[in-house]
Amino acid sequence: MADLRNNFVGIKSPNPFWLASAPPTDKAYNVERAFKAGWGGVVWKTLGEEGPPVVNVNGPRYGAIWGADRRLLGLNNIELITDRDLYTNLREMKQVKMNWPDRALVASIMVPCEENAWKAILPLVEETGADGIELNFGCPHGMSERGMGSAVGQVPEYIEMVVRWCKQYTRMPVITKLTPNITDIRKPARAAKAGGTDAVSLINTINSIVSVDLDNFAPNPTVGGKGSHGGYCGPAVKPIALNMVAEIARDPETYGLPISGIGGITTWRDAAEFLALGAGNVQVCTAAMTYGFKIVQEMITGLSDWMDAKGHRSLDDIIGRAVPNVSDWQYLNLNYIAKAHIDQDACIKCGRCHIACEDTSHQAITNMIDGVRHFEVMEEECVGCNLCVNVCPVENCITMVGLEPGELDKRTGKVVDPNYANWTTHPNNPMARQAAE
Amino acid sequence: MDRLGNGIGAGRLTPAEYESNFADLHPRFDRHEALVASDRCYFCYDAPCMTACPTSIDIPMFIRQISTGNPLGSAKTIFDQNILGGMCARVCPTETLCEEACVRNTAEDKPVEIGRLQRYATDIAMETGKQFYARKAPTGKTVAIVGAGPAGLAAAHRLAMHGHSVVILEAREKAGGLNEYGIATYKAVDDFASREVDYVTAIGGIEIRNGQMLGRDFSLADLTSKYDAVFLGMGLAGVNGLGIEGESLSGVEDAVDFIATLRQAKDKAEIPIGRRVVVLGGGMTAIDAAIQSKLLGAEEVTICYRRGKENMNASTYEQDLATANGVIIRHWLAPKTILGKDGKVAGIEVEYTAIRDGKLVGTGETGVIAADQIFKAIGQTFAASGLGALTMDKGKIAVDAEGRTSIEGVWAGGDCIGLGEDLTVSAVAQGRDAAESINRMLAAGAQPAVAVA
Repeated sequence: MADLRNNFVGIKSPNPFWLASAPPTDKAYNVERAFKAGWGGVVWKTLGEEGPPVVNVNGPRYGAIWGADRRLLGLNNIELITDRDLYTNLREMKQVKMNWPDRALVASIMVPCEENAWKAILPLVEETGADGIELNFGCPHGMSERGMGSAVGQVPEYIEMVVRWCKQYTRMPVITKLTPNITDIRKPARAAKAGGTDAVSLINTINSIVSVDLDNFAPNPTVGGKGSHGGYCGPAVKPIALNMVAEIARDPETYGLPISGIGGITTWRDAAEFLALGAGNVQVCTAAMTYGFKIVQEMITGLSDWMDAKGHRSLDDIIGRAVPNVSDWQYLNLNYIAKAHIDQDACIKCGRCHIACEDTSHQAITNMIDGVRHFEVMEEECVGCNLCVNVCPVENCITMVGLEPGELDKRTGKVVDPNYANWTTHPNNPMARQAAE
Repeated sequence: MDRLGNGIGAGRLTPAEYESNFADLHPRFDRHEALVASDRCYFCYDAPCMTACPTSIDIPMFIRQISTGNPLGSAKTIFDQNILGGMCARVCPTETLCEEACVRNTAEDKPVEIGRLQRYATDIAMETGKQFYARKAPTGKTVAIVGAGPAGLAAAHRLAMHGHSVVILEAREKAGGLNEYGIATYKAVDDFASREVDYVTAIGGIEIRNGQMLGRDFSLADLTSKYDAVFLGMGLAGVNGLGIEGESLSGVEDAVDFIATLRQAKDKAEIPIGRRVVVLGGGMTAIDAAIQSKLLGAEEVTICYRRGKENMNASTYEQDLATANGVIIRHWLAPKTILGKDGKVAGIEVEYTAIRDGKLVGTGETGVIAADQIFKAIGQTFAASGLGALTMDKGKIAVDAEGRTSIEGVWAGGDCIGLGEDLTVSAVAQGRDAAESINRMLAAGAQPAVAVA
C-alpha cells in the first residue's frame, strides 16, 4: 500500500486531498461530513473581519457549462466569502479541530488591506487551533470591488506587504492563494515568497461569464434581469491551473516554494498530474459540489492503486517529477518526428479524423481506398500534429508513433537525425543566424 | 368469448389489456431522452447512416440540431429529403438501414437511436403545425397520381412544391396506403397516418379523390389524355394464394386484410381472433399478423415458414419482437393441407422441408398443428388493370432510373414497380425522385424550343 500521508508546510493530513475554501467548507455540519467521508483536510470558507457579515445575492449564484449527457464541465459562481458571523465560524472551527485532530484545518482569510485588520483577526484564528491560514487574494467578483480578493492578488506589492504582516503577527504557516486573473503568475508568486509566505495555493477562480440567457439577453446566472461576471472553476479550468502550477514550480526564483494545487481536480488522475507538476497537495471543490463528498474515496484508492502499480511508495516519490520535463518551446527537439497511426481493428470508421485533417489541417488521412470506406494516414503528408488523435472518439485508436533515428520521413524525404536540435540553433531562426555570424 | 374459448371469437381480453397491448410500441422520447440519445451521435464524415437511408436524410445534421435545442430545424432537415419522415421514424426497419450502419455498432454494439430521434423532431414539427414549404407560383400543369400511399404522397408533395396541381386518385376510402392499412397498430397509434396525410397535403394544390380505382373507374389512357403527367403508385393489390386443399374453409384469411381491419377498428375488442392461430409466411406481414394475434388474446400463435431463419424477410429485430410477445416461430415447415371440421378450420397439416441439390423440397415427413384460424402472409402481387400497353418486368411495372415507364408522360414508384423494396421509405424516395423527373419534363416543355446550331 502506498503511503498517502501528506506533510504540507508542517500541516499533516492522512491524504493529500483537501477541500478548498468554498461553500462545502462554510460550516461545521458540512466539514464534519467531509471528514467522515475521508477528506484529508479542509480550508474553511473565507472569514471576513469582525462585524456585520457580508450578504449574498438572493437569486442564483451559479452558472455552468456542460459536456455530453449534461456532464458538468465548468462552474461559475458569484457567491462571496462566508456570510456567517465571524465568531460562529471560529467556534465551529475550534470544535471540528478538536473532533478531528488528525485532519488538516486551515482558515481562509480576507480582510481589508490594512495592517490592523490582519493584526486583529490572526490571534482569533490562532486560538481555534487551526493548522494554518490561507490568504484569499483570489476571489474575482464582489469582494474585489471592495479592494479585497483579486484586487490584492493582482498587485504583487500588496501581496508581499500583507504576507509580511501575517508572518509577523502569527506563528501559523501562511499559504498565499493566487488569482489566475493576471498576465504572469510568476510575479505574484515571487511577491508572496518575498513577503515570507510558507506556500502558495492556486488557482482561484477565473473571471467569467458562463453563458447568456438568450430570451432575456442577460448573463447567467441572472439576478433580476442582470448578471455579473463570476469566478470560473471545474474540470474546464484544469489545463490553465496545471500550467500556472508548473510555471511557479520551474521558476528559478520560486523553485522549491510549496504549492497547493487547485483547479478542476475531479479524479485521482487529475490530482496525480498536479502533484507531478510540483504541487505538494491538492484542493478540490467543484467535484465535491457536483458529486458529493464520497468522491474522495475514488481519489484515495485511485491514487494509491496507481502508485502501487508503478512502485511509488510515498507522495515524495511523485511530487515534482514532471517539472524537469516542462520546457520552453524553443528547447523542444525539432529532430523528433512522429506520425499518426490508425489501428484499423479499433477504427469504427466515423471519419472524423479524415474530415478534421482534410478541412482544417494537412490533408493527410484517406477516406476511401479502392471504393471502400477506409481511413489511413498518408505519411508523406502527415506533420504529426495530433489533431486526429484528439478528435477520434475511440481511445488509443489513433496513436502518434515516433520515427527512429535513421528512418525516412516520407514528408520531407529526409532521414531522421539522431541528434537533438532546437530552434535556438535552427538556420531559420534569425537570432541564431545572428549569433553564428 | 372468454380467454380460452375455442374457435374464433372477439373480446378475449379485458379493456385494460387491449389498451396496453395496442399502445405505442416505442413512446416518443421526451426532451431529456432526446438530448441524451443525440449526444451519442459522432457527426460522422460522409455518414454511413445517411448512405444507408433510401431517402438520404442528413442524419448527423438533424441529430445535431436536436442536441442544440432546435427540433424544428431538425424536422426540416428530415422533411427536406422525406416528407413522410414521421411515419418512416415509426415503421422503418432502422435495424437494417440507418441504425445498422451506425458506427456505434462497431464501437459498442448499440447504435444511436436514429428512428426515435427522427420521431422526436418530426412529432414536434407536426404537432405545432409547422409547415416548412410553400408552393411556387402555379405552373398551370396538373399531374395525376394513382394511389395515395407513401410513393404517391411523396410525389404529390414535391410536385406541389414546384407549383404543379396534383389530383390523387385513391381506390380506398382513406388516403395513406399501407401507412393507413398495412402497418401494425402499435407502430402508428392515434390515427397518425391520417394526420400525416393532412400534414403533407396542407401545402395546397393537392386534391385526393377517394373511391377511384384504376381499371374500374378510369384507365391509364384516360389519365394520359387528360393530365400533363401521370404517376402510378398503387402498390400491390393482390395476395398470393396457397393452392392447397382447405384454403376456402372458414377461418382461413389473408394477413393483410386482418392487419387492415384491425388497424381501422376503433375498439380492438370487436376483432375476433382464434384461440390457436397459425401464420404462414416469413416476412414483416407474417410477423405483424402473428404479434397482433397474440395481442388480441390468442393463446397459441405459430409462424410456419418453409425455409430457415436466415431466409426470413422479417428482420432479426422483428423476429425477436415476435418471440418476446410469445409467438412461436417454426422453420422448414410447408403447408400441405388445411384440415377442417364442420366447414371451419381445425388444424393444418405441414410437411418438413429441406434444401436438396439447391432446391427446396418436402421431406415427406408431416405433422399436424391444431388451429382455428390461419393467416396467409406469403406475399402480395401486382394486380391492376386498365394499364394498356404498359411494359411490365417480372409482374411489376418496368421503370428506368428516374421512374419513367414505357409510356411517355407516365412515371411509377413504390411497391408496384420492379425495384419495389416493400419499404415505406423506398416508396417515398421513388415518389420524390419521380416528381423531380416529372418537374424537369414539365419545365423543359414550358421553355420555348431553342435551336442549337
